[in-house]
Amino acid sequence: MVLGPDAATRISPAHEAPLKIDDQASEIMIAPSEGAEAFYVAPNWKLVWWRFKKHRLALVSSVILMFIAIVALAPGFFSTQDPNATNAKELFIPIQTLHFFDEGRLRPFVYAVVGQRNPKTLRMEWQIDQSKKIPLRFFARGYEYKILGLITTRIHLLGPASPEEGERIHLLGTDRLGRDQWSRLMHGSQVSLSIGLLAVFLSIILGILLGGISGYFGGTVDLIIQRLIEILQSLPPIPIWMALTAALPRDWSVERVYFAITVILSLIGWTTLAREVRGRFLALREEDFVVAARLSGCSQGRIIFRHMLPTFASHIIAASTLAIPVMIINETFLSFLGLGLRPPAISWGVLLQEAQNLQSIVLAPWLLLPGLAVIITVLALNLLGDGLRDAADPYH
Amino acid sequence: MTQYIIKRLLLLPLLLFIFSIFAFFVIQAPPGDFVTSYIAELAASGSSMDQAQIDALRAMYGLDRPMYIQYLKWVGRIIRGDLGVSLDWQRPNLELISERLMLTVALGLLTFCFTWAVAIPIGIYSATHQYSFFDYFFTVFNYFGVATPTFMTALVLMWLAFQYFGVSVTGLFSPQYVDAPWTWGRVVDLLRHLWLPAVILGLDGTARLARIMRANLLDELNKPYVEMARAKGMSEWKLVLKYPVRLAINPLISTIGWYLPLIFSGSVIVATVLNLPTIGPMLLRALTNQDMFLAGAIVLIYCGLAVIGTLISDILLAWLDPRIRMEES
Repeated sequence: MVLGPDAATRISPAHEAPLKIDDQASEIMIAPSEGAEAFYVAPNWKLVWWRFKKHRLALVSSVILMFIAIVALAPGFFSTQDPNATNAKELFIPIQTLHFFDEGRLRPFVYAVVGQRNPKTLRMEWQIDQSKKIPLRFFARGYEYKILGLITTRIHLLGPASPEEGERIHLLGTDRLGRDQWSRLMHGSQVSLSIGLLAVFLSIILGILLGGISGYFGGTVDLIIQRLIEILQSLPPIPIWMALTAALPRDWSVERVYFAITVILSLIGWTTLAREVRGRFLALREEDFVVAARLSGCSQGRIIFRHMLPTFASHIIAASTLAIPVMIINETFLSFLGLGLRPPAISWGVLLQEAQNLQSIVLAPWLLLPGLAVIITVLALNLLGDGLRDAADPYH
Repeated sequence: MTQYIIKRLLLLPLLLFIFSIFAFFVIQAPPGDFVTSYIAELAASGSSMDQAQIDALRAMYGLDRPMYIQYLKWVGRIIRGDLGVSLDWQRPNLELISERLMLTVALGLLTFCFTWAVAIPIGIYSATHQYSFFDYFFTVFNYFGVATPTFMTALVLMWLAFQYFGVSVTGLFSPQYVDAPWTWGRVVDLLRHLWLPAVILGLDGTARLARIMRANLLDELNKPYVEMARAKGMSEWKLVLKYPVRLAINPLISTIGWYLPLIFSGSVIVATVLNLPTIGPMLLRALTNQDMFLAGAIVLIYCGLAVIGTLISDILLAWLDPRIRMEES
């Protein structure tokens, strides 16, 4: 956690003083010992990578996140149906388990469901019909969609073999409007992830700017910015976000609401990053290489951007990675309460809104599944962030 | 010490001033003013108001005057204890809030106690038994605790309780106690319902706190003084609890400052899912129905609770850590 004075004692004996050297300086540095030459001449990023590689869970997480990112980039390809298409005849269909092997051969299929109306409750009750299989195929043709708004196609990763006969599959069941939850989950990942990334991006800009000013210049500016951060951090975030998002005009388009929510989330989010940046600036300001740069007449901009920023860029990346899951959870909170994104926008929070009360969960427990997507993503991001944070300071 | 606390107390009016501006902004945010919404509300319920009454109302709230005068009037009324009338409930806001405030605070404090009572022992155990089975177990548990949104925990537990035990865990009182006056039985009934929301709400915080405690204590355990005490034959149990734990807890005190506001803040969602009679669900309803004076008042109350939390943590920190006291004087 916090590096105390004992942090220095953990450095290997060959390092007499903590080495804080940026990429340029390391080239002219002479290795103090012959044995670990590769280690001493390696640039900062290489050391970080070596450290990071040792963190197994972080590596696994980054692979998982890569998959999630691919889904988020082209959710239509992974969907089996139009996520916004409602179907009054297919309400609350339960999960149709995907079977990959049929009689020992790779022939994916799902069992069909048959609905029967319960004469007492007048509700449709769905039964899995083991006698009827719906054959599936890879790269099947389905509804038309666009990848990143550019390429129009009808090809999906998986789909019923003969959609023209009205065959439909619901891998994760359907909701109260008969919309396919699997497809909605795929599409939701795009919004949920991108809102997290965008909000953190805005926070980084604000955080580096204000934290940097605060840490580099110090004095009155520092005092004012620090008080501002303290005030913002002592605010209860969720009521504040609720109040701000509720104030967004009802007639705003989906895109505008999306950006407004990102801005609202980063309004408080930047403070943590600003503190991190300020701390780093304060620590680096007195370092020899910064003093040297100042004495040799570098401009302030050059000192900050060329000498100081690269030294703690890895810390910023680690801190921002840890900030993304927080943003994702917060967006989920807001949308879950009905104050965040509004339909027809699809995010994981919007999906979970369907599971807001006991009745719907008892009736359709699969509506809780988008929560699992949130947990996996947040878990992976946290593990990745922890790995990066440990690797960010490879000299320790 | 006194000087330090006075200094902190002097900051309060400034904070409250900023928060009140924010709450006022919340009230002003939706299009149209209070009286327009009120007239619409009346029209919806079939009654109406004559022009003289409308003008009187407008004058009372200063709606025809500049913004800062409206703000001053609003603050003036708050200081006199008048938080306005809820359009939605047709009752004074003060009454509505005070009914629920106690339960909100009780839930927050119980959550806080649960978090500390669980997180500190876990942190100590994990640090003293590093890389043991339970250390790994708690690490995994902590990661999941942080990654699971509180409402998910609430929903899943609600579902499990209903599915397997047939009980509904929503609300804070058994049916016979809902409108009953405060008796000993009602308090016991409340505590029997309150622990579950407190646990759900505290899970995330417990996970974070246990991790911080473990890391802090690990830093301390490697220090020479621990070795020294061990060499002198001090019992391990006493050794750990008496010195390193005390030092490791100190930084945690400063987390109260941001943790208490987070509890109150997070309780909004848990309370909404579990349908608890706290001010959280009321805020949500007020915001959805654009009952802005009530929403503004609740936001202000939340800010007030957060400020009190920060203040408590500052005072505790000064009391426990002599370095902070010295620095200030």
